[in-house]
Amino acid sequence: MSAVVEVEGLSKRFGQLTAVDDATFSIEENRIYGLLGRNGAGKTTVMQLLTGQDFLSEGSIRVFGENPVENARALSRVCFVKESQKYPDDFKPKHVLKSAPWFFPNWDAEFAERLVADFRLPVNRRIKKLSRGQLSAIGVIVGLASRAPLTFFDEPYLGLDAVARQTFYDRLLDDYAEHPRTVVLSTHLIDEVSNLLEHVIVIDEGKIIMDDSADALRGSATTVVGSTAAVEQFTAGREILHADRLGGLSSVTVGRLSPAERQAAAAAGLELAPVSLQQLVVRVTTSDTDWSQES
Amino acid sequence: MDESRPIFVQIAEGIENDILAGTLAEETQVPSTNEFAAFYRINPATAGKGVNLLVESGILYKKRGIGMFVAEGARDRLMAGRRETFQSEYVRPLVAEAAKLGITSAQLTDMITREGAE
Repeated sequence: MSAVVEVEGLSKRFGQLTAVDDATFSIEENRIYGLLGRNGAGKTTVMQLLTGQDFLSEGSIRVFGENPVENARALSRVCFVKESQKYPDDFKPKHVLKSAPWFFPNWDAEFAERLVADFRLPVNRRIKKLSRGQLSAIGVIVGLASRAPLTFFDEPYLGLDAVARQTFYDRLLDDYAEHPRTVVLSTHLIDEVSNLLEHVIVIDEGKIIMDDSADALRGSATTVVGSTAAVEQFTAGREILHADRLGGLSSVTVGRLSPAERQAAAAAGLELAPVSLQQLVVRVTTSDTDWSQES
Repeated sequence: MDESRPIFVQIAEGIENDILAGTLAEETQVPSTNEFAAFYRINPATAGKGVNLLVESGILYKKRGIGMFVAEGARDRLMAGRRETFQSEYVRPLVAEAAKLGITSAQLTDMITREGAE
């Protein structure tokens, strides 16, 4: 596997604000990545830097081995679907679809047409008149039909209904299987996409706090529920990611448990509940725990 | 899908169950990695890992250019393996729960006999 993106010691400051803080990571070819984090964590800034839309303050970025800033060769292989893409005032969706091949050499017009039907996008209506969901559909269609070797989806589905989101996931998986490429999905709907992801990067306050395969993260935390005394005895000496208490009951989230530890917990009358990727991200981005030291 | 265990392990178990149930007969082709991915809505690489797990253990084998097939004798081997873990995975928790509820071993035996007769 070769890396299509290599980032080292990347920082981006806007005046006093450090939006990206000494980030180092790489993105391997032909995988689906999740770039997750809270609002204002720095996800969009990272993607803007990777796609050459902003200048970095420190560090280095290599996209297909090159600096992406004003680099047509590297950027012709990149598609960045933004949360709030602006279009010229009089544009209709059909104009967007018609001009897309100028920017994306792999553009598949036939696929785009099928997607237009799937998402019921009115191609002849002025973009100003479209609903929020229809506007998002344009971005999703461009992102999929461009078949760029490196595609970023930044929160692509504001306003898309559940049916349209499922359509997006299904078409993405189908097309990815036939035309493998690198996809970076940035989203808050973690539960919906967690099974699609092969690798997960979590960013919080500009720092990369998690960078691991989705398989490794699955089961990397467990919630232990039971009487407070029993839970405290079991979790003593462990790193605690989160704790809740209700009367004499406690619910404590800890790291990975071995099969022997799980049996010991069961023998002590404790319930073990899995922690979903979404819950895990919520836990690590609300606590002060430095999760990166763990894995 | 069970959140606590890797998806690829669950994919492999699903295929094993189909072989044990006879849905996937020996020497028949199993769905492709991409078909599994689309059906379960998971990453194709994850589905591939599950299939590879079974290739490594000799349950599936690859016919070059065609796809994956169920190996001869796969069902018997899976049965033997599952029988070995039956005691620890099913009987032990059953007995533990029975003890918690004050069910004697005679009562438990009786229940099992009755369940089997139905």
